[in-house]
Amino acid sequence: MALRQCAIYGKGGIGKSTTTQNLVAGLAEAGKKVMIVGCDPKADSTRLILHAKAQNSIMEMAANAGSVEDLELEDVLKVGYRGIKCVESGGPEPGVGCAGRGVITAINFLEEEGAYEADLDFVFYDVLGDVVCGGFAMPIRENKAQEIYIVCSGEMMAMYAANNIAKGIVKYANSGSVRLAGLICNSRNTAREDELIMELARQLGTQMIHFVPRDNVVQRAEIRRMTVIEYDPKAGQAQQYRDLAHKIINNKNFVIPTPITMDALEALLMDFGLMDEEDESVVGKTAEAEAAA
Amino acid sequence: MANLTREETLDLIAEVLEVYPEKAKKDRAKHLAVNDQSIEQSKKCITSNRKSLPGVMTVRGCAYAGSKGVVWGPIKDMIHISHGPVGCGQYSRAGRRNYYVGMTGVDTFGTMNFTSDFQEKDIVFGGDKKLAKLIDEIEQLFPLNKGISIQSECPIGLIGDDIEAVAKKKGKEIEKPIVPVRCEGFRGVSQSLGHHIANDAIRDWVIGNRDGDDSFATTPYDVAVIGDYNIGGDAWASRILLEEMGLRVVAQWSGDGTIAEMELTPKVKLNLIHCYRSMNYISRHMEEKYGIPWMEYNFFGPTKIAESLRKIAAFFDETIQANAEAVIAKYQAQYDAVIAKYRPRLEGKRVMLYVGGLRPRHVIGAYEDLGMEVVGTGYEFAHNDDYDRTIKDMAESTLLYDDVTGYEFEEFVKRIKPDLIGSGIKEKYIFQKMGIPFRQMHSWDYSGPYHGYDGFSIFARDMDMTINNPCWGKMQAPWLATEAAEEEPAQARA
Repeated sequence: MALRQCAIYGKGGIGKSTTTQNLVAGLAEAGKKVMIVGCDPKADSTRLILHAKAQNSIMEMAANAGSVEDLELEDVLKVGYRGIKCVESGGPEPGVGCAGRGVITAINFLEEEGAYEADLDFVFYDVLGDVVCGGFAMPIRENKAQEIYIVCSGEMMAMYAANNIAKGIVKYANSGSVRLAGLICNSRNTAREDELIMELARQLGTQMIHFVPRDNVVQRAEIRRMTVIEYDPKAGQAQQYRDLAHKIINNKNFVIPTPITMDALEALLMDFGLMDEEDESVVGKTAEAEAAA
Repeated sequence: MANLTREETLDLIAEVLEVYPEKAKKDRAKHLAVNDQSIEQSKKCITSNRKSLPGVMTVRGCAYAGSKGVVWGPIKDMIHISHGPVGCGQYSRAGRRNYYVGMTGVDTFGTMNFTSDFQEKDIVFGGDKKLAKLIDEIEQLFPLNKGISIQSECPIGLIGDDIEAVAKKKGKEIEKPIVPVRCEGFRGVSQSLGHHIANDAIRDWVIGNRDGDDSFATTPYDVAVIGDYNIGGDAWASRILLEEMGLRVVAQWSGDGTIAEMELTPKVKLNLIHCYRSMNYISRHMEEKYGIPWMEYNFFGPTKIAESLRKIAAFFDETIQANAEAVIAKYQAQYDAVIAKYRPRLEGKRVMLYVGGLRPRHVIGAYEDLGMEVVGTGYEFAHNDDYDRTIKDMAESTLLYDDVTGYEFEEFVKRIKPDLIGSGIKEKYIFQKMGIPFRQMHSWDYSGPYHGYDGFSIFARDMDMTINNPCWGKMQAPWLATEAAEEEPAQARA
């Protein structure tokens, strides 16, 4: 089958890296050949696959070697659980330099070195937080990822971020072949979370491809730097990730998203009781003032 | 050719604007005007210091050019780091003719290029460490440097490097001034913002360095020359006159200048500003903080020189005032001879100018001394206070053009048919190929100085040899020549 390139986006801390590695483990278990490209200066997108703290990243090694041209593919490509190939773009310490440029450089390097020409079924880009600048939109530009999955939960800010990412996709979808392939709900156990995300997905013109319930086994596996599928293949949560992997294998629902307005998003949150009807009288009032009233 | 009337000039502007799309036409119309001497404030007739339109040919520079190339670059005993990729520094290296004395590479560094030569990894991981290392290397290799400035190229602002922190830390270590300048090229609409940013850096990192230090013995006749970049030795030719008047020139900015002179400037009694556009900011600051008055002067051509010398002398006592008269008298024979020789050859010739900071108005007097007339002028990066100062110097109904486009300039020239154009290297060959005598008024066409009485002799000679060069009579293409014209050289050969 042809190589499918997928990118995972979502609000910071939502569980993108954990979800990506667990579902990739599911794909590998199903016999798929997969590569993970971590696009985050923290370089923690491959630790569960490699049982490592943090993989040496392309940018870090390029800085040590002098320039990225001094690197070979095998220097940066590590192989982990069930043959999953892992690379990390890497980048600067927080507060210095340009992490976005690091992602661009790293992905160009992988292309030039033929990392995608190998026998692969899937490439997954695990991209940090929001699409804050052009660098972090690199994976969704021409000839890179064609399928975007957004990890979100029933919390307001996660949904807000999902909508923003959809806007970013629209920009590149009109000039290229990138499409939104679905929302992955990584549950935070909020009320009617599944219905809410299904409704958001409907309004964005896409689907909630899977609802991943919350389970402590994920954390137990993480402490051991393992995916759930590897740590406890019989756990119910392992099956959830397998289901997600199979849904992605069979997914044909690729759309140009229809991002919604801030008002529509707030209306949705109000419908589900996450937000109260706006009460203008409390705007700008401190707790003290309210107590006094 | 007779000069255009007000109506004809207005028609010309309208005709030239005709080819533009509606929006561009509306925008450019604000930058083109017919001079009206009755207007006090130029904002009533012309707009300036706005973003150039995409698609037009503008000759403006960037903020980095304004800071590194103009204001800071000529400070000869400092090393100016072009911080970022190699191109900005290398392609502007020694680009202005700021003459200086000293041993380049030992105690002066004016024509050298120092750059942090950013690579991909410096963008991604930040360049602060590299900058610190570069400063160490400079200090080791060029120990006689008196300080360092860090001239930011675009990427520095994009990636948010903390060059101020590096400057402070390394400045303490090497015990010399290190000045960070945030003159990223993308800031502002032209080099003009770079001048302002550079002035602010001087204010924040240099001017106060000797506050409270009275070890420098001052005199009542201390002045500073500010905004003379010593193109072809201009500042030297100016300084002679001030010194002959009995003034002591404590500092000269920034042509052939030093950091010590800059640091001493707050001790002077009067700041003399030649290029108002690029250095008015720091002059105003010294007026506010130290109470030092400043005045603009003009040392192009004997009329303006005499006017300026008298105006400067008026700040001082009668001795200086008498000296000023003596200086003017001393040179009278010299400049009268220049005028006697060249005026008959240049009388009535019409000039169009398009230059930078001060020359579009300052050189008008020098041309007039030679019997010439400036019929059109404009600035690359002026603000409206520059046009305020221009309106009175230009004749009624002459043409003013701000940030003129390549197209507009050519069309104006075709209609006005001047005898001389004074502009820059980007314009030079186009107009020469059109058969119009041309002088570069940024670099003095590798001649100079043009300031002062000495400069006026050279200025007059250069204008004459350009306008009256016999080549302009040979502009007919051979295949277009009539038979009669062809016979003439044949006879000459015979």
